[in-house]
Amino acid sequence: MKGSKLKVNLILMVLLILAIAFLAPILIVLMNSFKGKFFISDTPFLLPNSKTFAGLSNYVNGLIKTGFIQAFGWSLFITVSSVVVIVLFTSMTAWYITRVKSKLTKSIYYLFAFSMIVPFQMVMFTMTKVANVLHLDNPFGIIIIYLGFAAGLSVFMFAGFVKSIPLEIEEAAVIDGCSPIQTFFMVVFPILKPTAITVAILNTMWIWNDYLLPYLLIGNEYKTIPIAIQYLRGGYGSIDMGAMMAMLVLAIIPIIVFYFTCQKYIIKGVIAGAIKG
Amino acid sequence: MEKKLIKYFPIFTLPTLLAFLIAFLIPFLLGLYLSFTEFTTVLNAKWVGLSNYIKAFENKEFLNALWFTARFAVVSVITINVCAFTLAFLLTRGIKGTNLFRTVFFMPNLIGGIVLGYIWQLIINGILYKFGVTLTYDAKYGFWGLVILMNWQLIGYMMIIYIAGIQNVPTDLIEAAKIDGASPLKILRNVTIPMVMPAITICLFLTISNSFKLFDQNLALTAGAPSKKTAMLALDIYNTFYGRVGWEGVGQAKAVIFFILVAIMAFAQLIFTRSKEVES
Repeated sequence: MKGSKLKVNLILMVLLILAIAFLAPILIVLMNSFKGKFFISDTPFLLPNSKTFAGLSNYVNGLIKTGFIQAFGWSLFITVSSVVVIVLFTSMTAWYITRVKSKLTKSIYYLFAFSMIVPFQMVMFTMTKVANVLHLDNPFGIIIIYLGFAAGLSVFMFAGFVKSIPLEIEEAAVIDGCSPIQTFFMVVFPILKPTAITVAILNTMWIWNDYLLPYLLIGNEYKTIPIAIQYLRGGYGSIDMGAMMAMLVLAIIPIIVFYFTCQKYIIKGVIAGAIKG
Repeated sequence: MEKKLIKYFPIFTLPTLLAFLIAFLIPFLLGLYLSFTEFTTVLNAKWVGLSNYIKAFENKEFLNALWFTARFAVVSVITINVCAFTLAFLLTRGIKGTNLFRTVFFMPNLIGGIVLGYIWQLIINGILYKFGVTLTYDAKYGFWGLVILMNWQLIGYMMIIYIAGIQNVPTDLIEAAKIDGASPLKILRNVTIPMVMPAITICLFLTISNSFKLFDQNLALTAGAPSKKTAMLALDIYNTFYGRVGWEGVGQAKAVIFFILVAIMAFAQLIFTRSKEVES
């Protein structure tokens, strides 16, 4: 018994050291965000002292340079509206193509599934051109583009769940006089809720952090958070390290808040997404 | 009900289908076509046959990116999965506080690639400073920097999947092995690992495909420096499209090659998973 207690303590020690190592990078960035910009690159592991402490000046500087507040607004707007649109339309599509069995719906399903394996670089250039022609290169149009890219995984996940819903429930609703639209929103969608949460979480994580797609499509006029941060690099590789540290901290805070409020769903969603994707 | 539903096609599927056509299907087909042409804007495309593909395979930067990506994928797949499995194994021993550890280890996965890149640029440059070099001094620093970054990001993710797999192993199976006098190491090798094989397959393919498609982290950490030696496939394709006028066709051809590589891996996974299912 004594031996096993020793073993448990040993494992705990190892885990504790690892946990500190995992958190260290974030803490180091936080610490450096309060140091003057010339004291960061060379000695990132030293705590700020009276000579290097810069107060909140990095934050003020960074906010002005990057327009971080607008960027936060655009990130929030694009992520939330895209996710709402994605959950609504892909669940409807998934229900229809699972319930109506024809060659057409079957081919749509396989096309969606196929799109999941195509890397973004394959369509990056042509998609940007098509979106320009159709005037989708703005924060509203990009929602449609996100719906198109999310269709693969989202329809696939919803369809997997719809297959497990017994037909009798829906037929009962139809007999009670529900139209297909009423049946979907009053009977089917409430049953789909767990999958809807998973789909919403997976798409939120992707769209919030997405860099290249919004950069190519709307980056000149509208910056999301990743674009604002990359913008700090500027030409010729000269980075204002102070502003960079402060903006990294501001970029991480919303993610941590999101993580701690929805941790249970995030972990469930990630497992479900990994297994089905 | 199916009959009643059929005529609702426009309401239920058209929005998604139209968005899918605009964002994916038309660009995909157009991209396939353009890879055989020379163009600067889509409208002035001129058919050139396979010459873009020949140029792509003669392009030193592309071959370097291919080799760099392949090496990177192999190293990260091994390190990430070994670490993640070990952590998952330690966290399923019923020790107090495991939930807290799980929370901490998973967190980096939620942080976006650009932010991750700059976090690690700071830290790695800070360490290398003591040796008088920087991250972009030599390609090997960029390589190992990316490996460390990728480990930090994905270990928690894979760990979560392994934990789910290990928790699904029936406890009576392990009890039976214990009663039969099997050592803990034997139980791990002969009971636990075979039982979590599906999770291992998923994690292996997830890490391979994530490593191959890496872009944001690569752009933020080194942006390919020094002299494009640390540019991975996705970044090299991006550079060809937007950094070299007249090479858009070659960029598209590289993208098609990239797509075929990723597709082969996805099909390999599908076939592998199917054959396992048949066995059990």
